[in-house]
Amino acid sequence: MSQLVFDPSKVMSIDHTKRTEYLDGLEAIRAAHKVLKEIAYTPSLPDKGYTNRSLYVNVDTLEIKEKPVTQQMKDVFIGGRGFGLYHLWNAVKPTTRWNDPENEIIISPGPVSGMTQYAGTGKSLVVSLSPQTDIPIDSNVGGFYGPLLKFSGFDALELQGKSEKDIILFIDGQKGIIRIEEAPTDPVDSHVLAEILTHMYAENEADLPNISVVSTGAAAEHSLIGMLNFSFYDRRRKCVRFKQAGRGGIGTVFRNKRIRALVIRGPKVAGDMNHPADPETIAKTGIKYHKEIRENDPHQCMMRRNGTAHIVEIMDAYDLLPVHNFQFGSHPDVHKIDSSYWQQRCTQVTVDGCWYGCSMACAKGADGLTVQTGPYKGHLVSVDGPEYENAAGLGSNCGVFDPDYLLELNFYCDTYGICTITYGTLTAFVMECYQRGILNRERTGGLEMTWGNAKDDLEMMHQMARGEGFGKIAGMGVKKMKEYFIQQGWGDAQLINDIGMENKGLEYSQYMSKESLAQQGGYALTNKGPQHDEAWLIFMDMVNKQLPTFEDKAEALYYFPLFRTWFGLNGFCKLPWNDVVPANNSEQPEAHKVPEHVQNYVDLFSATTGIKISKEDLIMQSAKVYNFQRVFNIRMGKGLRLHDAAPYRSLGPVTKEEYESRAERYDQQIITEMGLDPAGNTTEEKMAMHRQWRTGRFSQLMDAVYTRRGWTLDGVPTLARLQELGLDAFPEVVEVVKQHL
Amino acid sequence: MLLVNEEPLDWHEGMTVRDVLKARNYRFPMLVIHVNDALVKKLDYDTTTIPDGAVVKVIHLISGG
Repeated sequence: MSQLVFDPSKVMSIDHTKRTEYLDGLEAIRAAHKVLKEIAYTPSLPDKGYTNRSLYVNVDTLEIKEKPVTQQMKDVFIGGRGFGLYHLWNAVKPTTRWNDPENEIIISPGPVSGMTQYAGTGKSLVVSLSPQTDIPIDSNVGGFYGPLLKFSGFDALELQGKSEKDIILFIDGQKGIIRIEEAPTDPVDSHVLAEILTHMYAENEADLPNISVVSTGAAAEHSLIGMLNFSFYDRRRKCVRFKQAGRGGIGTVFRNKRIRALVIRGPKVAGDMNHPADPETIAKTGIKYHKEIRENDPHQCMMRRNGTAHIVEIMDAYDLLPVHNFQFGSHPDVHKIDSSYWQQRCTQVTVDGCWYGCSMACAKGADGLTVQTGPYKGHLVSVDGPEYENAAGLGSNCGVFDPDYLLELNFYCDTYGICTITYGTLTAFVMECYQRGILNRERTGGLEMTWGNAKDDLEMMHQMARGEGFGKIAGMGVKKMKEYFIQQGWGDAQLINDIGMENKGLEYSQYMSKESLAQQGGYALTNKGPQHDEAWLIFMDMVNKQLPTFEDKAEALYYFPLFRTWFGLNGFCKLPWNDVVPANNSEQPEAHKVPEHVQNYVDLFSATTGIKISKEDLIMQSAKVYNFQRVFNIRMGKGLRLHDAAPYRSLGPVTKEEYESRAERYDQQIITEMGLDPAGNTTEEKMAMHRQWRTGRFSQLMDAVYTRRGWTLDGVPTLARLQELGLDAFPEVVEVVKQHL
Repeated sequence: MLLVNEEPLDWHEGMTVRDVLKARNYRFPMLVIHVNDALVKKLDYDTTTIPDGAVVKVIHLISGG
């Protein structure tokens, strides 16, 4: 075990206040704005975490109205992702698709969101029908928009309809104005647009932190993988920065509705704006946690110095870092992009949080990057991160180990409005297709998509943003690329399906699940698709050997997805839960759950809302929403066992070189797990043994997990489970399920 | 011979908890370690020796994700 030590003398000397500015055209852009609709409303602050109303805006009819947040909504759906799913259910029909006018984008922060006394409390959840999966997607995002929405008077914002012109929705929570403006000449890409709009809607310099902008970029107009940037104003850098609602293509929905941006001007944030029921408990819990961060983080994950990139080298050491489209788990060049490098490259003179009061402060930034390609060539920019997913997805998974190129890929993903996780996984797939002759220069229109060719990787991204060439094909995502390549007859269908890392239409995030059956389920047996925010069980399963039986794995795949769903109901960030732990955590039973922090969350919810809950209640709150979402998937024609199928690359070795890279492990498994003798068998024969064994185990895992979750073996929640959760109060939910029992 | 997370590891005289972590390349900083069901605190990794035949559990806290 080695612990990276922070050495301030090694930090690169980069002026974090210097960057290319884009304010010259502000007045002309403002002059071109035309008010389409304006209404006055009465701003209000929450009471015990809730404002008790949501805001509905139809960008086609320009209807703007308030809706009450009912007691039933709070009891069953809590807030955040729950409110998003509730509103979406009521807005769409089973036949609705992502680009139909009735599809909505819902942003909801949750009752605890906006608290400033505890770390990681500024999140909001974005929900919509995904262009990639045709089912609801939920994306957890930082930045200021969600909390400022609540402090302006709304627990949720529903956006419906499709505008014929580019519009901006402006909510002024200080003056009580909601306005829809036509925005005909606004710039397209986020880092330019958000800077201009932040300055346009702030009344003076002191007002800049009260502004938050939701936007996307050029690629969201030409691909299915667009994401949303949620801005926050960095007073120290004096610039606008972003956190991303990345997964599932919500940015694509946003631009399909012709929304150029959402702008909010909230009140100046203070510590008591949720008007919690028990502020003393919140203050006490926060002080205890901040002390823990200060004392323990330097000896644990060093989140304050390295952010989530601290696990690049950890994943590499445990053979879990995705390399070359999840073929391999480590690479000798990883030291070029691990946290020992980012610690020197990221600005370290400021505390980098994405919401007030977050002492974990993991939002790192690399300043002073001179862009080498594309429309911003020569510009001096700041890049958020790179976070672990970006370093692994844009870096090792594509064989890119040049940190400046990695930063440029990260920068363009952000400003073009592309999900970095999705882009990393789809590019890795393209590169492997190129390696195996499924693609070639002719088929890519001249792009040489070899491992590590960051220049052509960037060119593919620029094409995606322009809606041209092979970049446009790549922007369909892995699932549709697979279908297209097979339809074109470009390669063996089984190989293409095996190596394309998507499930339900969503690309895998950046961890190797091949050697952890529990994590294979943690990815594939999810509601929205293979994102690690439901369950990350690789250490428990593969390294610790804590989950030896199917029942043990199923229990973990019951508890953790529900525990983590709860963060998204309330407006919490996951990281403060277990990226630092109390000094005596090792002495606690079930230390891996970090029991003291679980109790903190119970206390924070109870103290905010005045509703006393236990840790068991917490899981039941999530279970209602989780099962509702599963039924929602079924209502949309998905959500059954067949839709949980996993690509074989996520379960085992697809190719000979993959097998041989771990031959000792795989041969041993043939002896100990299958009771067979590998001697005398060819690699291909041994791969076939593994395939049969691994797919069989995955099927057994599905049975165990569905049973534990109270679902049929086809993955349908039973009526008894719905009754237990109180979801039988919704006849439409029961009707959906009855058709499948 | 030791059993570390269910898998055998060669033992040598004077072997410490730190030696086990090095041998297994366990680099993650947040661990809960038990030797024969007795908790070993982080400050004691360098000084706690492990007897031959011991069962060692090195629980990596979840992190990630």
